[in-house]
This record gives sequence, structure tokens and C-alpha cells, in this order.
Amino acid sequence: MQDTTLLQMRHINKVFPGVKALSDVDFTLRKGEIHALMGENGAGKSTLIKILTGVYGMDGGEIIVEGMNVSIHSPQDAQNKGISTVYQEITLCPNLTVAENMFIGREESTLVRHKFYEKRADEILEKLGIPARAAQQLGSCSLAVQQMVAIARAVDMECKVLILDEPTSSLDDKEVNMLFNLMRDLKKQGVGIIFVTHFLEQVYEVCDRITVLRNGELVGEYLIEDLPQVDLVAKMIGKELDELSDFGQIEEKQYDSKDIFYEAESLSSSDAMPFDFCIHKGEVNGFTGLLGSGRSESVRAIFGADKVTGGTVKIKGEDVKITKPVDAMKHGIGYLAEDRKRDGIIAELSVRENIILALQVMKGFFKPISRSEAEAFADEYIKVLNIKTASRETPVGSLSGGNQQKVILARWLLTHPDYLILDEPTRGIDVGTKLEIQKLVLKLAEDGVSVTFISSEVEEMLRTCSRLIVMRDRHVVGELKGQDLNQAQVMKTIAGGETQNEG
Amino acid sequence: MNENKKFRREPLTDTQLLMTITICIFVAMYLLAMLLLRGGFLHAQQVFDMLNDNASLIIVSCGLTIVMIGGGIDISVGAVTSLVVMSCILYLNNGGNIFVSILLALGIGVAFGLVHGFLVSYLEIQPFIVTLAGMFFARGLTTILSVNPQKVDHEGFAKLRDAKIVIPWLGYTAKNGNKVPARIELGVVVAFACVLLIFILLKYIKLGRNFYAMGGNQTSALMLGINVKRTRFISYVLSGLLSGISGYVFMMHTGAGNATNAAGMEMNAIASSIIGGTLLTGGVGNVVGTLFGTLTLTTIKKIVVSSGLNDPWWQSITTGGMLCFFILLQSVVLARRAKKKKS
Amino acid sequence: MKDKFQKIFKGGLGQLTIPIVAILFLVGFNLIRDPSFFSIETTLNNNGNMVLAGNLISIINGASELAVLAMGMTLVTAACGGQDISVGAAAAIAGSAFVKILKSSPNITGFTVVAAFLFACVVAMLFGAFNGTLVSVFKIQPMIATLILYTCGRSIAYWINGGATPTVSSPIINAIGSFIPGVPIPTPVLIVAAVAIIFVLVFHFTSLGLFTQSVGINGSAARLNGINSTFIKLLSFIILGLCVAVAGTIGVSRLGLINHETLLLDIEMDAILAVAIGGNSLGGGKFKISGSIIGAYVIQMLTITLYAMKVPSTDVKAYKAIVIILLVVIGSPVIKSKFQKYIAKIKSNRQRVSMKGAE
Repeated sequence: MQDTTLLQMRHINKVFPGVKALSDVDFTLRKGEIHALMGENGAGKSTLIKILTGVYGMDGGEIIVEGMNVSIHSPQDAQNKGISTVYQEITLCPNLTVAENMFIGREESTLVRHKFYEKRADEILEKLGIPARAAQQLGSCSLAVQQMVAIARAVDMECKVLILDEPTSSLDDKEVNMLFNLMRDLKKQGVGIIFVTHFLEQVYEVCDRITVLRNGELVGEYLIEDLPQVDLVAKMIGKELDELSDFGQIEEKQYDSKDIFYEAESLSSSDAMPFDFCIHKGEVNGFTGLLGSGRSESVRAIFGADKVTGGTVKIKGEDVKITKPVDAMKHGIGYLAEDRKRDGIIAELSVRENIILALQVMKGFFKPISRSEAEAFADEYIKVLNIKTASRETPVGSLSGGNQQKVILARWLLTHPDYLILDEPTRGIDVGTKLEIQKLVLKLAEDGVSVTFISSEVEEMLRTCSRLIVMRDRHVVGELKGQDLNQAQVMKTIAGGETQNEG
Repeated sequence: MNENKKFRREPLTDTQLLMTITICIFVAMYLLAMLLLRGGFLHAQQVFDMLNDNASLIIVSCGLTIVMIGGGIDISVGAVTSLVVMSCILYLNNGGNIFVSILLALGIGVAFGLVHGFLVSYLEIQPFIVTLAGMFFARGLTTILSVNPQKVDHEGFAKLRDAKIVIPWLGYTAKNGNKVPARIELGVVVAFACVLLIFILLKYIKLGRNFYAMGGNQTSALMLGINVKRTRFISYVLSGLLSGISGYVFMMHTGAGNATNAAGMEMNAIASSIIGGTLLTGGVGNVVGTLFGTLTLTTIKKIVVSSGLNDPWWQSITTGGMLCFFILLQSVVLARRAKKKKS
Repeated sequence: MKDKFQKIFKGGLGQLTIPIVAILFLVGFNLIRDPSFFSIETTLNNNGNMVLAGNLISIINGASELAVLAMGMTLVTAACGGQDISVGAAAAIAGSAFVKILKSSPNITGFTVVAAFLFACVVAMLFGAFNGTLVSVFKIQPMIATLILYTCGRSIAYWINGGATPTVSSPIINAIGSFIPGVPIPTPVLIVAAVAIIFVLVFHFTSLGLFTQSVGINGSAARLNGINSTFIKLLSFIILGLCVAVAGTIGVSRLGLINHETLLLDIEMDAILAVAIGGNSLGGGKFKISGSIIGAYVIQMLTITLYAMKVPSTDVKAYKAIVIILLVVIGSPVIKSKFQKYIAKIKSNRQRVSMKGAE
């Protein structure tokens, strides 16, 4: 029994200024198991992992690797002790070649033998079926391939412990499967894998055991068979999930063509293929499809976020031109971008400034919102959306992911849009906030706002949308509504099993 | 398919691409000058003169290139060069020993590098501010040492200064009919040795690749297990060391020094590096490119003079134009690449 | 009341701590060294005006060009995350343009001076727009983009006046450079105040502050919120251009001549330093113009203090460097976090003691 224990973290404590991030957390990893580390945002998963990889020091506790008490001071230290990590963001250097990215920081000799490494890298890439060449500059590969290279690097380091921190969020289904096969192979070789993800299905597909954290404390460690999905969610958010089933079936509304708010014909942008689209007043619809199917690109074209290259657009039946975001905003369209950090928050500015930003832009450069007005707006929305922040002057970057998302929502709600596009508003945020956002979407629709909702979780879209537009390979391949709105039908359409009559 | 893959040439990396552009433009420019302006450009001595005059610039540019590849900046290099010149002259004139004077030069350079490196990498202060202060400090110290110009008066040094490699068959016939052999100063040899060593360092030594990794993405470099702080520290020390060498070479070339010599050298060095294809964002660059960058910069100045634009402002206006051209070219080339990758 | 004070102390002063501490330190140091250092007296100047004189006046007066440039530099730094190193050279160009117009008219009237100043503004704004275009449209780092003008700007200034260093003498120019008859305060100081007021008004009546910070912190998000970041960056360079024209005009008027080599030499370094001492991140984003202004006066006070200590003007740089390093070392994130940890430790100790006391 003792033999199979690979890594033990005991009584781990970590304090950040003002916050207790981890208190007395235990974690055990055995040889040859895939162990999911679950928790809401802010539960302490990433802190625990950063302690294990030496990015943070810990304030108390001990780490035992194969029975030896160790202290880990730096990522390099962790690597030397057999702990490798693949992060959600690519942590490779785009200016170096693929081979160098796989071997840099761990060569023994002072001399770099490029040819030798390239040969070895090619072998590994081929073995793992990664479509990259060793001598290629990494920056010229797609993001998914870069992620795979990062995994290849970790695999080649003959690590004992492999940490995968949300590695699947930029991969499509095929690549995810490839990754899972890889993980199973490694498991057979006795590697212990810690798998952090937000996708519950994936946990049940590959993992053996689950450890759940909540608010920096350990909830418990469970075998996968003992913890059904519903219970897992309950453990993560700490309350029973009655609320989840609270959503009734969406009534099918009948829209007549007079109610069309926005209509586009063969709209295309530098990134999106031409497509037709319309949305009624008070309707919630969704774009679905695999990552890279063009769903985000299409809604970006609606908002004018990328260079619009063609098509006609009508709003309330009148021809309009939308070529840049500010045009769309002037016509009452709001857009919550997919990548919150990159395209959403202005991290160092306060909650107040972030909330008024879009309204300020619409009012114009020469009509600044006064301080007292801005404060009133901020207070109002902090209350309405239940944003958890120390004050309205707190920099938004220091809020948790879910609350950042609410601030951006507040920003768009403040402009009183007629049409709101939400691209993955629930990605990477905790279950509780997800529910709040879903409810908000439905309430907005009741108030007559049109909403386009995009999510990677089909279930979530089924709960909120009354019409789904399905995309594949950058084309619209179907439109589902009414009786067709069920998981099986959506999957079938996405996969392209049969041609749809609609669309 | 597999066979094809093996024999396929990889597209150039950003570093190689920018360097290639620079070399091509330099060669084209020089050939054009030979065709149209003739005169001095037809003699090999023209190239050697360019090298003789700019050996120290080449050396500091190399140091700066290292720092810039690592994503930093060192604007103290010119001032440190100047300080080294002044200190060595005063030391030699007070009956110093040649060998010790070399050590002194290297020591001053390394000392500046150590302080810069420590402040930038371990105290995490912005490199621009640190090296700006370093530049002020070095310039101030130079004037404290001597406000008046100084000339080296030292027998042993005179030999060193006048030592030249003579290549008779590359010479030319002067107007009065005398055969003038080609001459290369020792400084040029030192400069080329530096370029070669740094080239090897950057290409084949682990430390060198770490510079690139650090400049490409600092967080990634850290996660890949590179000791970023130490790597950055070393980059500044190397730059300091090369400033020291450059100072000595400068002194060997001029045999004299004053408080304002090597003024503006830092900007010339930055310009050389940029023209040579180094990006200030870090991660891209190469010393061979830098060498050609310096040559390009010098050639354009020579061309301006030879084509009869004698007003004092033309040289720097054309240099500015040249710089503008290269900067725009790089920006366009890299932007096109990024676009191509996307589609 | 106490609450409000605390708030100001915590929120408002945060960024300004370093410059204010620096200025207090320098004031204290000077007072100890020479209690009469800051005494202000009134004297008769050459024109027979009663004017203020003394070290304090010469500090505030001498820092005028720097303060004006630092204001513009702050904006560019915030929007573009980089600095304009060509301000000195651009000021020489603006000064040359100013003198060119003055020289072209037979006698210098108020009208010609205004016309010359406006011309200088246009020229400086054009060069600002050139830098700004490189930065905003071609996405070149500001330091590299402005390196071009840094390299050749002073030569362009030389070229404008055809290789001469002309002098201009006129009571109006004299009034701009030193004192307006009947006003005891040096004119450059008044100009700085005017520029500062204009900045305050601009920030109050436009959204320049919010937009600039948004663009500087997260350009991509700013774009998706409808902010034209290209325009904001360009605008910051054009505004800096105006500041450059003002600084150039002051500089020329002070001396009554344009010397392209020495006019505001090395001021770009001081201006960047002023921005940094003012607690603004050189990487862009949040900014406080007031910090940069204080930073400019810190630098000038340091220089004057050194002069007063009989340090030769050529050696001032070395001492300045030491002070700068001390300042930035104190302000460095590493030292700060160490200091905070230390404070926290003391606090927790005290808490423990007081808790024990309560028991």
C-alpha cells in the first residue's frame, strides 16, 4: 500500500496579503492514477499547484515525494524532482524552434547540439502524433499544436508527476481525445497525473480519483465511482443542486417577422465565412459548434470586432453599416468577448472605471461622465449583479474570475443594449456565478433584450436558448428549435451525421 | 510524405529572416556605391577603414545585442566606453603597465555590468532607468577624472596602437603613384573575435539560448526551468565587459580621449542592432546581423559624404532616414508573417 | 475627517509617496545644510523690475521646460507603454522654427511672436504625429520609433536655419524667457502653471484620462469597447508635440538664441526620469500627471542643491545618478514587498500583544 503513494502534500497553508488562500490542505497522488483536482474559482486549486511547482513558497506544511520530504524552490527545482506541469496558457517561447522548446532548460551539457535535439524531437512528435516539425519556429504553429508541444516536453522529461492545468480549454474534441490517449498511456507507465479542468464530463472520462477543494479548504478525496456528477457539483459549490433543476423548460415563443431586431445577409469578416443571421426582439439564441467552427468569429463579425469584408446588415428593418465596434455600440449592440483577460477587463483600472467604460465611449470623448454619476452607476450595478468587491475603487484585476465577468456584464448592461452578444460568459467561472448569469440572460430576454449566447457546454445553452445555430468548419450547418433542442440532436448536427432540413 | 518532410527546408526563423534582409541590403548598397560613386569604394581599404574606425562600436553593439535579445536595454555602453578610455589613459600616463591597464578596462566594464545586472534582475528595476543612471554616473566620473582632453604618452602603448596587419596585395596605388598596402588595426581583430565568440555563445551554448528564451517570453522561460534572474544578470555583465573591451579598442584607435568621446555611441549601437535585425521586444536578433548593421550604418554615412552632400546635417539626417526605413521594413515584414500564419 | 485623510493617504498618496518623500528629503537636507537656502528675496533685475530671486525661485523656474515635457511624456508613456526619446531634438526643431519666423520679419512685434509660436506648434505637432504614426499605425515600440528623430532631429534644426545659430533680441522674447515687466514671478513658471491648468481642464472636460489608461493597460479590450486606440496613441504624441513646442519656445527665449546642439540637451532622459520618479509605470497604464510634475521639480532641486554644494556642473551627473539609483531602489517592487512584509510582521506582533492584553 505504502508503495503506491507517489506524492503527498500535508497540512499545506498559504496566506496572501489579506487572504488565506489555503488552510490545512492535504493531497495524495498514487502511482499510475489520474487524479482530478476540482473546485470553483478561488477554491485554491491553482495556488496548490503553484506551490507544488515551486512558483509560490508555502507558509506551512510539507511535501513528500516517494517517501522523501522535499522542499521545492523554483519550477526548475520541481522539474528536477520529477514534477512537470503543462499550463492552460502556453508557457513556451514562440521565438524558438519546436525542438528547443522541448529541451531548453533541461540540457545537461553546456553545448547545444541542435541537430541531435531536432532528431530526438522529431521522434517524439511522431510517436505522439503531433503535427509539428522539430526545426519549425514554435510561433508558426497553431495554439493547439503549441499546447501539444508543451505536453510532449513534459512527457519526455520522464516525470513522475505530471500536472495538467486546464490543458483542454484550447483544444478541440479530436485533440482532447488524443490527449486522453496520451494520458492513459502515461498512466500505464506509472506516472501520476494531476488533472485540473472545468469540464466535468472530461473528469468522468479519464480520471480515477477526485479531490475537491472549496474556499481554500479540503472537502474530500473520492473514488470516481463513488461520486456521481451531481454530487461532485454539490461538493464544489457547497450547496445542494436543486437550483440547477430550477430552470423550467423554455416555452416556445412565436416571433413574427416584424419583431426582427437584427438581420444580416451573407455577412463576412476577415475571419468569418459569409453567413445569414437574424434575431428577434427578446429572443435568446445560441451559436454552437466545436472550437474553431467559426462561432466566435461569426459573432465578432456582427459586432464589427474583426474587419468586416461583406454583406448587408439591417437593424429594425433599416440598412446600417457596422464596420467597427463603436458602430455596433451606437446601434445598441453589446459584446462580451470570449477571452475575458485579453479582450474584456482593464485590469488595473477600478471596478467603477470598468463599469462606465462602454457608456463613456458611447457618450463621446467630450462628454465625460462625472465622478458622482459614475459612482452611482457603479454602486447600482455592484448591488444588482451582486459583484463581490472590496469597494468600487478596487482594481478589477484583483477580483475573482466570476466577479470580473459580472463587471463586464455590468459595463454592457449600463449601456442599455437592445442586443447583447455573450461569447462564453461562463467559461472558467464557478458554478454559482454560472447560474446567476444564466438567470440574468433569461431575465434580460423577458425585458425585451435580444441575446446571443455562446457556451462550450451544450447543456447550458439548451437551458437558456430557444434557438441554436450550429456551425461546423466555419459554416452554418443547421438551426435547431422546439423539439429538436436536445443534447442528442445538437451533437448529431455538430458531428454532421445527417443533413438537416433546416438552415 | 515522410520522406518529403525530412528534406523540406524549414522557413527562416524571424531572426534569420531579418538578418538576411540586412545583409542583402548592405551588399546591394555597397555594390551600388561601387558602381555609381566609384572612388574609395573600389578599394578594399575602404572596408578596412570602416572596420578600423568602428571596431569599438561593433563591440558595444554586440553587447547591446545580447541585452536586447534578452528583452532589456543598456544605454550606458557609450558612457562606460568613454570612462574606460579616460581611466586607462590616466593610468598609463602615470607610468602604468599595459597588462594592468587591460585588466583595468575590463574591470570597470564588468563593475558597471554587475551593478546594472543586480539592480535590474534582482531588484526588478526598469532597465532603462538603471542604465540611464549608469550612463550619467559614467559620464560624470569621466569629467571628474579630467575635464581636459588627454593623450596617451606611453611607449609600450604606442607600439600596441601602431600595430597593424598589413596586406600588400589588397593595397591600392595612391594619386602620387605610391603603393599603399591595406592596413587592419588590432582592434578589428579583437572585434571579430568578439563577434565570433558571441555568435557561438548565442547559437550553440545553453546560456545563449536562454537569452533568447528569456526575451521571447519571460514567464515561459521561468516555467521552462531557466533561472531568469541569473540569465538576465549575466546579460548585463556581458554587456559591461564588452563596453570595457570597446573602451580599450577605442583608445588603441585614437590614442587619446576626452570627456565627450563616444558621446552618442549608445544610440549608434542601438541603431546598429536594430538595423541588424534585433527587436527591442527581445527574443530576436543575431550578432552577425549587428555586425552588418554597423557596416550599413557606416556605409550610408560614407555614401553621403562621397556624393557631395557636404553640409554637416546631411549625415545624420540620412542616418535617421535609413533607420526609419529599416524599422518600417521590419515592422511590415513581421506583420505580414503574422498575418500569413493566421490564414 | 480623519477617515477622509486616511483615504487620501492610502489612495491618493500611494503613487505620489516616492516623489513627495524625495522632495521632503531634499528640502530637509538643504535646510539642515543651510537654513537660508530657501530664502526668497526681491531684487532689481537689469530692466529695473522688482523680481523674486533665490534658490527656490531658480529651482521652480529652471524646471519649467522639464515640467512641461514631463506632462506630455506622462501621457505618451501611459498610452503607448514606452517613451519618446526625441523630445530634446524635437524641441530644438520647434525652437528653430520659432526663430525662423521671428527672423523673417523685419521687426519683432507681439503678432510675429504669436505667429512664430503657432508655427513652432504646428511643426512640433507634425513631428509628434510622425512619431505617433510609427507607434500607433506601424506598431513600432516608442523608443525605437523616436530613435529616428533623436538621431537626426538636431541636424534638422540646424538645417532649418541654414547652418547658423541666429540670435533674437526683443523685449517680448526677453519677457517670455525671464520676466514680464511688473510681474515678480518668472514667466516660464507662469507658462508651466498655464499648461498645467490646460491639462486639468482637458482631463475634466474630456475622457482623455480614462481612454488613455484603458488603451495603455489593455489595448485589445479598449478596442472592443469602441475606443480608437490608434487615435488615442497618436493624440498623445500630438499633445506631447505641443508640450515640446512650449518647451522649445521657453528654451529659446531664455537665451535669446537657438543653438541646435545644446538647446535642452539630454532633457529626454530627465523627462523620462521625472515620469518614473512620479511613480508612473514606464510600462504604461495608470498615470498621474501631478507625480511627473513633482518628479521634474525633484530633479531640478537635486541639481540646484548640488550646485549650491559647489559641485562643478560637469560632475553633477555622477551625483545625480547616485540619487536616482537610491530613489528607484527604494521604490523597487522587491524592496517594497520586503518592507511590507516587515510592517505586517510588526503589526501582527502588536496585535498579538494587544490580544494578550485583552485577555
